[in-house]
Amino acid sequence: MTTNFTGLGRPVVDCDIHNAFASLETLVPYLEDHWIAYIRESHFRGPGANDYPGGAPTSARQGTRPANGPPGSDLSLIQKQVLDPWDVEVGILACGYWVQSVHNEDLAASLATAVNQWQIDHWLEKDARLRASLVVPSQNPILAAREIERFGDHPGFVQVILPVRSYSLYGKSEYNPMYAAAVKHDLAIGIHFGGASSLPPTPVGWPSTYIEECADMAQIFQAQVLSLISEGAFARFPELRVVLIESGFVWMPAWMWRMDKEWKGLRRDTPWVVRPPSDYVREHIRMTLQPMDAPINSEHLLQMIGQLDSDEILMFSTDYPHWHFDGPDDAIPKGLSDSLLEKILRENARAFYKL
Amino acid sequence: MAMTMLEEPEIKKKEKLSIIDCDIHNVDGYQSPATEVWVDYMPSVWEDYHLSIAGRRRAGSNCPRAVPFAARNDAFPPEGPPGSHLGFMQEQLLDTWEMDYGILNPLSPAGGQQNLEYGAAIAQAVNEWQIAEWLEKDERLRASLTVAYEDADLAVAEIERLGDHPGFVQLMFMARTMEPLGRRKYWKIYESAVDYDLPIGIHFGGTGIGPITGAGKAAHYIQDHGGMPMAFQAQVTSYVYEGVFERFPGLKIVLIEGGFGWVVPLMWRMDSWYRKLKMEVPYLKRLPSEYIRDHFYLTTQPIEEPSDPAYFEQMLAHMDMDDKLMFATDYPHWDFDSPDQALRYVSNRDVKKQIMAENARELYDLD
Repeated sequence: MTTNFTGLGRPVVDCDIHNAFASLETLVPYLEDHWIAYIRESHFRGPGANDYPGGAPTSARQGTRPANGPPGSDLSLIQKQVLDPWDVEVGILACGYWVQSVHNEDLAASLATAVNQWQIDHWLEKDARLRASLVVPSQNPILAAREIERFGDHPGFVQVILPVRSYSLYGKSEYNPMYAAAVKHDLAIGIHFGGASSLPPTPVGWPSTYIEECADMAQIFQAQVLSLISEGAFARFPELRVVLIESGFVWMPAWMWRMDKEWKGLRRDTPWVVRPPSDYVREHIRMTLQPMDAPINSEHLLQMIGQLDSDEILMFSTDYPHWHFDGPDDAIPKGLSDSLLEKILRENARAFYKL
Repeated sequence: MAMTMLEEPEIKKKEKLSIIDCDIHNVDGYQSPATEVWVDYMPSVWEDYHLSIAGRRRAGSNCPRAVPFAARNDAFPPEGPPGSHLGFMQEQLLDTWEMDYGILNPLSPAGGQQNLEYGAAIAQAVNEWQIAEWLEKDERLRASLTVAYEDADLAVAEIERLGDHPGFVQLMFMARTMEPLGRRKYWKIYESAVDYDLPIGIHFGGTGIGPITGAGKAAHYIQDHGGMPMAFQAQVTSYVYEGVFERFPGLKIVLIEGGFGWVVPLMWRMDSWYRKLKMEVPYLKRLPSEYIRDHFYLTTQPIEEPSDPAYFEQMLAHMDMDDKLMFATDYPHWDFDSPDQALRYVSNRDVKKQIMAENARELYDLD
């Protein structure tokens, strides 16, 4: 495994860069006194999803761990390993700090506010190339809406980030206040790999291994897409924009066929779904490139990308510091036309995020 | 192909292919205790319970199905629920389509019972009923052996009781189980299944331990019905990553009514993650996709309907499992696939022949 931090030699918009911090101490300056006391006395260490086990090779490429703190915690290293070599015009930070797994919703809301202020101070104000994702307590959509109101006009935030593993599906009307606020502030919704909802991550209970959980994560994305469409989120919020981050994308063509077929037979149950589900996907949903889940045969991957029936769905990402590729050679599909490559590398994200 | 009304099949004689239907239902869930088609075969010790308290299952889904019994409008026999009347089914399905064989998959509530002993009693009743009223009455029929699969000992006892009966060609599991099926609690069943040369048939449905999605309850039938492939995918990942096929190299799994469009992306994904995380599953000796291609069979209904017919053959090429796909109608259900329509996007006649009958003939050792 050789780690190669050089880029493609052409500019990109990177839609998935992870910023992190070492411990809850980082947030102390942003928390009220009673929460600081609560944290110190209880030794509470923050939400623990463990969706990226520290030692798992996929959690961090070699060489991405700074001297003090976890991978993704040092801006200068991110500049050196991603922003500069990859010629990143805009880098979207996807902060996977899942306050959703903190069952005390008030604490979750305060942690979200603290993380967001920290993102402004330590990231957005330090590098003009960066944009960030708002962390919100989405387990309580009213509190989530309040958080969006608090920071939604800050030009650095381009989306609200949610873990794909939620306690209830994102198409449900209970999320209306959160989506209304997001649409009002012209923010996208980013649904990201991981989370810890306390529900089993599969329809058949708890898997034994992490690798199984990772592979099965794609199915939860499938469930969220079907929920968003069939439970009417796009009917209620026609301007809602959703990006699936780190979802893998090769499952989407077959999922669209399945949803369209089901809709033909069962659409009377959901009269607000007035077009085939795949239409909603192409209009409202985008997907980041990594992990590509690429087969050995690169022609097959190109055919799969063709089966998306859209040049606009995929948006480039490095998913730094996670390990999915070793260098620029295996970071993008081989054999793409230059015009499609340009869309994936820059144009689709520019249009989606209105950059 | 929702609500397909039965018409005279338009099959030109010279193009006629043999047909084996790998998914016919003679039982569909609970109706009411006194009128279950298999009730006369209930072990007597369980009769009172069956008629009084029975039916305490893990209610997983409260989405009403599209139509009564999820059945085609024209599939209601003169008596009993759709699918349960042999004569009516013979005429409407086996005779009409001149099928060589049909595999009966009873969707009984045996596996979903909280009371495991009672579940095993249901399994016995369904199996005895199938022998007496189906297998002994039509040579074209084979059946799946119902087992209370949430308890390996009870399931193995039923396999040992009837596994040698020539009419039973596989075991019957439902897709939504209490634990992913690769986990150890099910291993004794696999050991016994291999001994008796019975594949594990896993059919759409069941009630798991949580909601049908990894993120909560589904609101609409489209999410429940359309969501079932997620359960099948989770079972495949579990079987492979748990090393079940290293432990039981002779084990064969038949995925019934789960679709198959998801197989290719899942193989690619499982291989990709395996390359990075193989230290977690050191007992695996091959790529996940290789285990999948060797050990899994898939029935065709509901047939995949890509946005462009050309994608169908791309999918078959990516999948490279022409020898593992097996035609099924899902009679008498509303989403029936018609034998003259299902494979319309397959141009290669040899492949069509394999899928329509020959793969099943070989797997189930039929003449």
